[in-house]
Amino acid sequence: MNNLSANFDVSFPGFHLEARLNIPESGVTVLFGPSGSGKTTLLRCLAGLERSSAGFMQVGETIWQDESRDLFVPVHERSIGVVFQEPRLFPHLSVRSNLLYGFKRIPVQERRIVLDDVVEVLNIGHLLDRRPRFLSGGEGQRVAIGRALLTSPRLLLMDEPLASLDSERKREIVPYIRRLQTTWGIPIIYVSHSLEEILQLVDTMVLLKEGKIVAQGPAKKVFSDLDLRGLITSEILGAIFDARVIAHEPEFGLTRVQFMEYQLHVPRQAAEVGQSIRLHIHSNDVSVVASPSDIRTSVLNVLEATVMEIGLIDPTGYSVDVKLDVGQALLATITRKSLANLGLEPGQKVYAHIKAIKMVHE
Amino acid sequence: MDFSSFDFTPVWLTLKLAGVTVLLLLVVGTPVAWWLAHTRSRFRGIVEAVVALPLVLPPTVLGFYLLIALGPNGWLGGPVKAATGSALSFTFTGLVIASTLYSLPFVVQPLHSTFEAVGKVPLETAWSLRASRLDAFLTIASPLGLRGYITAIVLGFAHTLGEFGVVLMVGGNIPGKTKVISIDIYDRVEVMEYAEAHILSGGLLLFSFVVLLTVYTINRRLPIHIS
Repeated sequence: MNNLSANFDVSFPGFHLEARLNIPESGVTVLFGPSGSGKTTLLRCLAGLERSSAGFMQVGETIWQDESRDLFVPVHERSIGVVFQEPRLFPHLSVRSNLLYGFKRIPVQERRIVLDDVVEVLNIGHLLDRRPRFLSGGEGQRVAIGRALLTSPRLLLMDEPLASLDSERKREIVPYIRRLQTTWGIPIIYVSHSLEEILQLVDTMVLLKEGKIVAQGPAKKVFSDLDLRGLITSEILGAIFDARVIAHEPEFGLTRVQFMEYQLHVPRQAAEVGQSIRLHIHSNDVSVVASPSDIRTSVLNVLEATVMEIGLIDPTGYSVDVKLDVGQALLATITRKSLANLGLEPGQKVYAHIKAIKMVHE
Repeated sequence: MDFSSFDFTPVWLTLKLAGVTVLLLLVVGTPVAWWLAHTRSRFRGIVEAVVALPLVLPPTVLGFYLLIALGPNGWLGGPVKAATGSALSFTFTGLVIASTLYSLPFVVQPLHSTFEAVGKVPLETAWSLRASRLDAFLTIASPLGLRGYITAIVLGFAHTLGEFGVVLMVGGNIPGKTKVISIDIYDRVEVMEYAEAHILSGGLLLFSFVVLLTVYTINRRLPIHIS
């Protein structure tokens, strides 16, 4: 599989980005971090909209930037599509002309994606003859995504494409982004600071803090990375599970999903039986039980686990992270007192009780 | 008043001068305005000041320097005389050069502000859609800056129509070659031909008013909204 690797070093007054990026050229890579962490600057460097004095970028075998050889391929010669925070449609052109603007500028033999496909996938057929200013925010952003796609790009860069939309419009667009991936398999690099927005999209996670990359890798690994405690917002720590809906229990308002050999109960979902679903488990919602699960508990989701690793103990704090193996890594945040009471050690068999699961549809 | 005997030569000459000047100004002024709108160079202030000079200088100052530069011993007129046999002063070409300099700010400034208003955002978007810099300028910045172009053309044209001091000094007053309306009016008044002066002055007044009115009306109705 191809990789994308890039090194950038950019300085603005009061800001310095120093990034060494190495990600697979496939799936959805999320650049995640608080505002001011350098996500957008990194994306602009990747696009070629920002040129760093010391910079290198390679996609597969193609080198787009190598400042040691004074090589810099300008934006318009890179096979990329960019979707910005706002739709940025050209106001003097109709929606159709906007969509075809990039399409007309690539060689005929490179046109893998055509207007009809994009119109269908993004559901924008009824907008084609309108002027951009008569579109709603969500419609405009769908057209902007379509316009970028119609250049049949090798890489699609999205800079917080949902930031200017209300939460309802966001929910309306996210499935379309997922669908781009499944329909055309174009690698997407997606900038965001919203956990909710990315959970259902992310394959590879890149965490940024103050202009530096603090973690990068497969999302499942990064979400359960003990070393990230204190470095980033703790909201992401825990685990993400990919599961499948197997049944609904309407009498209890629950849905049952299959995750590995376990059947887990989650709040009632609108998803259909058989549908894939992504679960996010926050480490605070996981507790650890040492004895076999014959104790009666109100917790429905109990998984057999092995203690893999105990996180760093902060003597001034009261809690500690424990990394469990349930067939996949899962973090549990427990009190230091519980750790001592249970005498937890790596290799020990325990039970993970999951109190709450956040659901995200695929 | 007998119009058939009236000499319209200065009128046609003036229109020709203004037309040629505006065309030349668009060619010269567009890159200058584009540069001013997008550069971060420290020379930007100097260039802006130089472009604006004709706004504040007495036309006679500009005319004086141009007369020297374009004359048979000038740095521009000299080589031209050596090549063609005649210098640039007191010729239509000399007049065009002088008018171009004199009306430069009236074309550059509206273009400059329109390019700034259009900004970099639509350009970056166009580049990301495979448009080269020139392509993006022609297909995005220019149509979005249409109002600026209309303003620049009209102001450049109207200001060239109205110039007096510079054309008098550089062009002299040669009928059919360099005698434009404003000078003709001056001459007519000098010899008490008030009727003819009225026709020319009134015509110029009416023309200028109609042109400006048309532009302001069009500008308000242009269907382009930059958002």
